[in-house]
Amino acid sequence: MIAASAAANPFIVDADQVFVLLRDWLVGFLPAALRPAAGAVLGVIAIVCVFPGLFALTTVFERKGLGRMQNRLGPNRVGPFGFFQPIADGIKSLTKEDIVPLRANAVVHFLAPLVLVATVFMGFAVLPMGRNMVLVDMDAGLLFFFAMGAATELSIFMAGWSSRNKYSLLGAMRAVAQMISYEVVLLLSSVSVVMISGSLSLSKIVAAQDQYSGVFPHWYIFTPWGLAGFLVFAIAATAETNRSPFDLPEGESELVAGYHIEYSGFKFALFFLGEYLAMFSISGLGTTLFLGGWSAPFSFLAWVPSWIWFFGKVMLFIFVFIWMRGTLPRLRQDQLMNFAWKFVLPFTLLNLVVTALWRFMGPGWSRWIVCSLILLAAYVVMGRLEMRSDHFGRRSYRYAE
Amino acid sequence: MLGDGILKGLAETAKNFFLSYVSRERLTTVEYPEHRIPTAENARVFPFLVYDGPDWLAGMRCVACQICEKECPPKCIYIEKSSDKKPDYVGKQQFYPARFDIDISVCMSCQICVEVCPFEAIKMDTQFELATDDRFGGLLEDRRKLARSNEYYHSIHPAEAAEVDARLAEEKAKVEARAKAAAKAAASPAPAAATESAPPAKTEGGS
Repeated sequence: MIAASAAANPFIVDADQVFVLLRDWLVGFLPAALRPAAGAVLGVIAIVCVFPGLFALTTVFERKGLGRMQNRLGPNRVGPFGFFQPIADGIKSLTKEDIVPLRANAVVHFLAPLVLVATVFMGFAVLPMGRNMVLVDMDAGLLFFFAMGAATELSIFMAGWSSRNKYSLLGAMRAVAQMISYEVVLLLSSVSVVMISGSLSLSKIVAAQDQYSGVFPHWYIFTPWGLAGFLVFAIAATAETNRSPFDLPEGESELVAGYHIEYSGFKFALFFLGEYLAMFSISGLGTTLFLGGWSAPFSFLAWVPSWIWFFGKVMLFIFVFIWMRGTLPRLRQDQLMNFAWKFVLPFTLLNLVVTALWRFMGPGWSRWIVCSLILLAAYVVMGRLEMRSDHFGRRSYRYAE
Repeated sequence: MLGDGILKGLAETAKNFFLSYVSRERLTTVEYPEHRIPTAENARVFPFLVYDGPDWLAGMRCVACQICEKECPPKCIYIEKSSDKKPDYVGKQQFYPARFDIDISVCMSCQICVEVCPFEAIKMDTQFELATDDRFGGLLEDRRKLARSNEYYHSIHPAEAAEVDARLAEEKAKVEARAKAAAKAAASPAPAAATESAPPAKTEGGS
C-alpha cells in the first residue's frame, strides 16, 4: 500500500525523506571516505538542535497549559502571547552567578549536569524518528536505550552527593530508590513488545507495527497486552523522568528542590534541559514501542511525512505529562514504593504471561477475550486487595497530663 | 475501582483547560499594570500630611507638636519645629514643621501616628507604587512630598474625611462662638462675666 503510493507520487517520497535527502546532498560534497562520518555528525547536529528547541517550546506551552488548567493566563509578557519567554529564561540563566558550595566536591559537582545531558542525548541515537531516520540502527537498540537511561540515575546521585547538602542527598536517595524501582517495571513492560516482535531493534519494532488491517494499524496498543503494557510503561516513564505525581526527588514543599538545590545559573539550566530531554526520549520510546513509531494512525493518512507522525505522537505524550502534572498531587514515599512493588510490578509480570498466551494462542477471536478477561480481572482484584487504603478514622490526640 | 479518582481529576482539569478559552469569567486574573482593582476605602499604606486650601505650606494642619515622632514604634518620623508661627485653621498662631521627614523604608504602616495626632494632620495614604531606584534619598519623604490636599484625602477615604471635616467645623464654630461671646462680654458693661469666660478659651486653643 505505502510502496504503491510512494511509487505513484515522488513528491510524497521527497516530503517523507526530506531530511535524509538533505543529509545525502550535503554529504555529497565530501570525498567518499569521509561521507559516513560526516553523515553521522550531521545527524548528531540535527538531534542536538531539534530537541533543545522543542524543550524551549515545551517549557512555555507547559506553563501556559498549566495556567489554563488552573484558570489562569500563564506567561504572556515576553513577546506575542509570551512565546519569547524561553529566550528571557535562557538569558537569565546564562547571566546568573554560578555558585559552587565551598565544601562541595567541585569535580563531581561540575560533571553531574554534563553526564545527565550527555547520557540523555545518547538515548536519541537509537530512536527511529521517521522512515530511514535513525542515527544508529542498532540490533540491540532497546538495550542501549535502557543502558543510557540507567546512567541518568548516576548523574542524579552525583549531583545530590557532591553538593554536600542534606536536602540534595535526601533528594538524590529518593531519586535513586524511585528510579530503580520503576526501571524494573519499565524494562519488563517493554519485554512484552520484544516477545511479540522478536527483535530488540527499534526500527524493526516499528516496521512490525507499520501494517494495516483495512484502515486500522497494527499498533501494539490496540491489543489487550499492549494496552496494559502501555499504561504500565506510561506510569513507569512518569516516575523515571521525575514528573508529577512522582516528583518526590525534587519535592519543593519538603526538599526545596532536591538533588539540584545547590546548582545555579547554567548548570541548573542543564538539569532542567536534561529533565525535559529525558521526557522527550522516553516519550519517543513509548511511541516506538506501543504507538507504532512513525507510522500513520490510518492507512489513508500514510501520505503525511512519517516524521510528522513521530513528533506529533511525542508531543501528545508530552501533553499527557503536563495534564497529569496539572491534575495530581505528589505521592508520599511509602505510597510510591507500595505502588511500584505491590501493584505495578506483579501486574507487569502477569502481563508477560498474558503476552506469551497471546503469542501461542494464534490468530483468532478467542485470544482477545481470554487475554482481556485475565488482565481486567487482575486489575480489579489487585486494585481491591493491594491498593486498598487503610481507614484510620478520626485522629485522636493524647495530651501530656 | 482503582484509578477512577484519577480519571475524575483529569476530566476536571481538561474542563478547566478548554473552558478557560471559551468563557472569560473563568479567568479571575486582573492583569495588573494595565488593569487594576480599585483600592478598598479602608486600605492604608504610608502616612501623609493633610493641608487645607490651595497653599500646602500655609494650609498645613501639622503644628509640629512631635507627638507622632515620640509615639512612632520604628522611629521613622523626624520633625524640626519652626522658630516662627503661622495661623492655623481657626486663626490661632501655631508652630509649623520646619522639617518633617518620614523614612518609608522604616515605616511599618501601623497607623499609630494617625491615632495619636490631635490635629487631624496626619492620615494614611493608599498609594502603594513607591518603588524607586534610589534606595537612600528615594525612600525618605520630606514635608513637600508628604503634603496632600484635603480634597485628595476626601477622594481616598471619603467617609473618614467627611467625619474629620465635620469635627473640625464644629470645633471652629465653637471657638468662633466663644470669641463672639467674649467680644460681647468685653463690650457689655458686666466685668464679672468677662473674667469668667476668658480662661477656658485659652485652654481650648491649645488642645
